[in-house]
Amino acid sequence: MTTENNGDQDNMETTTTPSSLSSVASSSKRKVINTKAMGTGLEARGVHAWFGNHHALADVSLDFAAGTVTALIGPSGCGKSTFIRTLNRMHEFIPTAAMAGQVILDGKDIYDPSIDVTKIRLQIGMVFQKPNPFPSMTIGENVLSGLKLAQLKTENKDDLLEECLVKAGLWNEVKDRLNAHGGSLSGGQQQRLCIARSLAVRPQVLLMDEPCSALDPGSTLRIEETIEELSSSMTIVIVTHNMQQAARVSDYTAFFLSDGGPGQMIEMAPTNEIFARPRDKRTENYVTGRFG
Amino acid sequence: MSTTETTYLIPEKRVVTTKPRFSDKVFRGVVTGGGLSSLVILGLIFGFLLYQGFDIFKSQGIGFITNSDWDITYDESGYVLSNQFGLASMLIGTILCAFIAVLIAVPISVASALYLSFYAPEWLKKPMVAIIDLMAAFPSLLFGIWAYFILMPSGAYWAKLLNNYLGFLPFFKNELRIFSNSPFVVSLILAIMIIPIITSISREVFAQAPLDRIQAAYALGATRWAMIRAVVIPHGRNGVIGGAMLGLGRAMGETVAVYTVLNIVFTINWQILVGAGGNVASMILLKFGEASAYETKALMAAGLVLFVLTLIVNFFSDLLVRSFGAKGK
Repeated sequence: MTTENNGDQDNMETTTTPSSLSSVASSSKRKVINTKAMGTGLEARGVHAWFGNHHALADVSLDFAAGTVTALIGPSGCGKSTFIRTLNRMHEFIPTAAMAGQVILDGKDIYDPSIDVTKIRLQIGMVFQKPNPFPSMTIGENVLSGLKLAQLKTENKDDLLEECLVKAGLWNEVKDRLNAHGGSLSGGQQQRLCIARSLAVRPQVLLMDEPCSALDPGSTLRIEETIEELSSSMTIVIVTHNMQQAARVSDYTAFFLSDGGPGQMIEMAPTNEIFARPRDKRTENYVTGRFG
Repeated sequence: MSTTETTYLIPEKRVVTTKPRFSDKVFRGVVTGGGLSSLVILGLIFGFLLYQGFDIFKSQGIGFITNSDWDITYDESGYVLSNQFGLASMLIGTILCAFIAVLIAVPISVASALYLSFYAPEWLKKPMVAIIDLMAAFPSLLFGIWAYFILMPSGAYWAKLLNNYLGFLPFFKNELRIFSNSPFVVSLILAIMIIPIITSISREVFAQAPLDRIQAAYALGATRWAMIRAVVIPHGRNGVIGGAMLGLGRAMGETVAVYTVLNIVFTINWQILVGAGGNVASMILLKFGEASAYETKALMAAGLVLFVLTLIVNFFSDLLVRSFGAKGK
């Protein structure tokens, strides 16, 4: 965010990422682009999560370096969605939900009582499994709804609108009908509209909770391209059930698993290593399709 | 497709039906009976009032709703010498009190429904919902008595305040300087009586606001209030309108509470702070006990007019609010 950070960009990978993971040849080139708005990534330290007495997630520590795409994979019920929702404090909306541990953004714990949670959610945006545009708003209003909701001001709304829709890969399809209602789009378009909507408040981090699970293959491909483009300017964490998707879009992959108890993070590594040479036997069984 | 030659004849469209099972027929009969019963009962009441009041409509004509006098004189043997029945003041009183009541009740109800749905701590929610539902079932006579002894003195105080500062508006004028027993106090008590209805209906619809959109709003950095404005209120607006309509209906038909509080006077009065007015239902209650057979017919006719008025007002306010709502989008 600051000029001091800017000077450190070249070292960033080695300082914020475990050194053993720093050699992702395939995607290291794009990581130094436009890091000004990216911040210094996101870090989870010893995160636990509960629903009532049910211990859903245990001791997850993960580092998301700025400008990287990290995929969270694992079978159903392994806690990966719960985990991603602790990263922007959406977890606490579920009654009886509790958590422990820390999530660090820009050196500060986002669960600190002195933090304004609405500001955190502006910096850490989220795209949900099911496309959820606001049906009473037009396409244009949907994209800019975050500004209104968070009472932000912007100089030129039209430019921002176009920029976000272009980034989300939706501009060409909707530029002539920005006043149509959000609900008139197809499912895949609605999801890209939701991505555009998250981008309008300029988050440093974008969390995506199975963003393609309700979509057809064509729309999935478009969204994967969008993720590819966005990763040059922000940190992305994506939960996915689709291992091919994880392999296609991510720089790093973290494997979650529950053995009947709370979900745990088994292994995190550069994506090509996770799929080619997983260190843990359980990871290997999962990525080779032996279970899950 | 279009180039290939048509090789088929266009057939008759088939009538697709399914033979219902016996159990389904029985169920359909039960449900239809239930559904039509309210219509039948309403029709019977309408027919009864029309039958009873027909003579009055014939003799009074349109004057029955445009005049404001209610006089009947008898000779010693009880024979009706002259009569003049006019409902105008009562009709205006009915509409005035009910609308002001809804104006007061809707914001309070919406606020309390939002509080219960999004702000109240869990331990408070259930007892409060139970109490509000209980309030809806509370006898209106008790509301009336409470209003007479407790609300009216303080209501008169607020009325004076309104008159002092807004007395230049014709609506708040009060040259008589009598502030008790006014339509204003009646509107207050009617508002209190309809708040539970509007609150519980609003709460129901607010609770159904879709979770995924609520989360979307929060994920965009919305405060709770911003989320409510963007998601919950657009979603629940029609439900709140429905609740307000039910409340309006109840306020227009309210009898005992109005009778307890109001000075029933047969003059058209738009000045809500002046202690004079009336509504149709309470007027019927006032006159019913000592009415002769002929006056009773007039009261039945008045009942029919109230019946029709309620239908008309509901219809138009629904239309009005909906067209406003559509624009508001």
